[in-house]
Amino acid sequence: MKLLALLAVAVLVALPFVVGSYVVTVLIFIFFYAYLGQAWNIVGGYAGQLSAGHAAFVGIGGYAAALLSAHAGLSPWIGMWIGGALAALLGAVIGYLGFRFGLRGFYFVLLTVAFAEICRVVALNVDAVGGALGLYITFTGNPRQFQFQDNRAYYYVALVLMLASTALVRSIERHRFGAYLTAIRQDEGACEALGVDTLRVKMRAMILSSFLTGVGGTFYAFYLFSLQPNAVFGIPLSVEIIIRPIVGGAGTVMGPILGSFILSPLAEISRTYFAQGGWNGAHLIVYGLLLIAVVLFLPQGAYPALLRLARRRP
Amino acid sequence: MDPTLIGQGLLSGFLFGGVYSLMAVGLTLIFGVMRVVNFAHGDMMVWGMYLAWMLSVRAGIDPYVGFVVCAVALFLLGLVVQRGLVERIVDAPHEMQILLMLGVALVLENAALVTFGPDPARVRSPLSQATVWLGPIFVDLARLLTFGLAMALTGALWLFLARTDLGRSMRAAADNPYGARVIGTDVRKVYGAAFGVGAACVGAAGALVSPILPFQPTSGLGLSVTSFNIVIIGGMGSLPGAFVGGILVSVAESMGAVFLSPSMKELVSFGLLIAILLFRPAGLFGKTAG
Amino acid sequence: MSLLEVSGLTKRFGGLLAVGGLDLSLAEGEMLGLIGPNGAGKTTVFNLLSGFLRPDGGEIRFGGRNVVGLKPHEICRLGMARTFQIVRPFPRLSVLDNVKVAALARHPAMARALEAARAVVDRVGLGPRVTDLAGSLTLADRKRLELARALATEPSLLLLDEVMAGLNATEIDAMVRQVAAINQGGISVLLIEHNMRAVMSLSHRIIVLSFGEKISSGTPREVAADRRVIEAYLGEEYVHPPQA
Repeated sequence: MKLLALLAVAVLVALPFVVGSYVVTVLIFIFFYAYLGQAWNIVGGYAGQLSAGHAAFVGIGGYAAALLSAHAGLSPWIGMWIGGALAALLGAVIGYLGFRFGLRGFYFVLLTVAFAEICRVVALNVDAVGGALGLYITFTGNPRQFQFQDNRAYYYVALVLMLASTALVRSIERHRFGAYLTAIRQDEGACEALGVDTLRVKMRAMILSSFLTGVGGTFYAFYLFSLQPNAVFGIPLSVEIIIRPIVGGAGTVMGPILGSFILSPLAEISRTYFAQGGWNGAHLIVYGLLLIAVVLFLPQGAYPALLRLARRRP
Repeated sequence: MDPTLIGQGLLSGFLFGGVYSLMAVGLTLIFGVMRVVNFAHGDMMVWGMYLAWMLSVRAGIDPYVGFVVCAVALFLLGLVVQRGLVERIVDAPHEMQILLMLGVALVLENAALVTFGPDPARVRSPLSQATVWLGPIFVDLARLLTFGLAMALTGALWLFLARTDLGRSMRAAADNPYGARVIGTDVRKVYGAAFGVGAACVGAAGALVSPILPFQPTSGLGLSVTSFNIVIIGGMGSLPGAFVGGILVSVAESMGAVFLSPSMKELVSFGLLIAILLFRPAGLFGKTAG
Repeated sequence: MSLLEVSGLTKRFGGLLAVGGLDLSLAEGEMLGLIGPNGAGKTTVFNLLSGFLRPDGGEIRFGGRNVVGLKPHEICRLGMARTFQIVRPFPRLSVLDNVKVAALARHPAMARALEAARAVVDRVGLGPRVTDLAGSLTLADRKRLELARALATEPSLLLLDEVMAGLNATEIDAMVRQVAAINQGGISVLLIEHNMRAVMSLSHRIIVLSFGEKISSGTPREVAADRRVIEAYLGEEYVHPPQA
């Protein structure tokens, strides 16, 4: 298994020198969304706390880094940590309110959506952060400002994000924190009776998840060169974030990666196929159908299903 | 602040509340009977609006007549969603139910986007133009009609639940699902009907609103959130709660628009939701969610 | 010094007095049975002791320390573990992983926790099912799992809530031996039980609860012969002179 993984990584590292720019771009998105999905996976998959407002963290991280770069000349390489910290702060607030007040399931989802929407509306209306027009990053191509001339540099950054986050989640799975998360997802009360401080564990998961997502916001901002409130705080981005781990397998290490490799190409195909005149929402229909299909037929996601299939062959 | 403006706002909000009530009643019925949260509620309403629009534009049918068609169409949609999808995950963990309805919402919202395009639409009804003056305050005849019909429908639903066998079965299932089964209630039929009726309510509400407000496929989320707001305030599963809540929230929003800027109105909505979630998730009259 | 000292424990639910002024003490190494008709408030007492409910009045001292107001996980860490009347296994985890979660409370390092968990699993007789998913176990095995998890937190006091319920005669005998062994190993036990044979044979002392109040306490024999106990369970007409 380990050999296979190393081989796969080697292939991914070598790929940009073999394939064209379009494929590289698609892979950048696959890696990036796998990263965001993996960050969500910690709190949404392992801990089972469904957050549908994770876009808020991307937005805060991105806006923070972008504003610090534009107004304080701070390199995004530093700004991304600040963005992450701010996102973690919001995550802590949401987590504390939600967990302390015992909001579960539907109520917690609603709480996260409410916060994300508040962020979106605020960003839309506060001119100091760009208002409805959003923020634009001037292109300098300067690596110190997290900008690269070559697409391939972004590719490697995204790859590192994906691999690092996956390594982190794998490590979590093998330590006490991960065992607690998985147990909390199944029965919090039983956990409490077994000495698990469920509030603290959930808070840690939420803070870690939102921090990582916030860091991802910087990549988002400096790769796309623009931040639009509706795009970066909105529900569609939250959906993009959660659908990959859910389809791939929430609460598994490979889930977000597998999900991203399934969904990004699917989205690309839908987008190009339906590209005529304003059919921008078509790939989201596919997402919706996929979500329904997964819930009905593969509730644990594609990765566990694949494992089961692999085990059946002697 | 000009008292006329406030009075205008109050009346406007009150009348619009009829639609909110109908919308919320549908959601709370589904939740009360089946313990399912219909995340696609707002998107179903948007389809009600677009159906009314199509009837008006293609067949010349006024929405104040066409709402019946919309109600029936949405009833069928609700039934299909319940029988085909929701029923299959009755025993699954709640997260699955949430994700399923989220999937349905995505499909509905984007199917509307793909079919009708992203631009706002509006239905022209000959009645939209007429206004009635009550002293210094004027009222759209359209709003009055919308309110009246919404109230009539809510009343009809009330009668249905109180007087018919199916309605009583629904209330029984809402009160005590296990007990309802024990006395031989066809729970499957009741669930399907409940979802259908809930969807019909919101379909009718959509049709009735279409002459008053412009709408677009992305309106779905905002409407869903408003529905949740109302239902949580009034109490999950409580019909009187949804009814009263609808009027309350509508008036509050109206006052919000009068005293603050329109964009801040959304903030008030979400802020209110958070406050309610934290302090009274059971609402004014409510039962608890799963 | 008693391990557990409860005085004046009171809990109301709205107008209902679930537990009224209960006094109870348990010495180290003791096995105390808590019996009473349904609705007497026994599980409520457990919930109060383990921190799942907050008392309206009274004191709970565990190991000399006041534990009222502490969260369940804190009380567990102090050495009081409980099982649930309706068992709550983690259904998608294996038997070993279930117990591992509990063992992690005392052994934060995964490897040690797994070792400790394995030992407990063997001790309760679930060795052969160690990799099976908890969701696939029979009721008797689930009860053992519930017990194993509580044991893995290395308690000094174990609260067992109707651990015999739903088991057949053979399974009950096995469980009785299991619980006796646990107590002999040095763990104090507070036992809620409806199975009279089990509780009478296991307990050093018994407390009888009815409508939230203690109506009798003493050795099993004393309690079995107590009029008030017979009345509470069977009603006045059934009061007989004590049988030898």
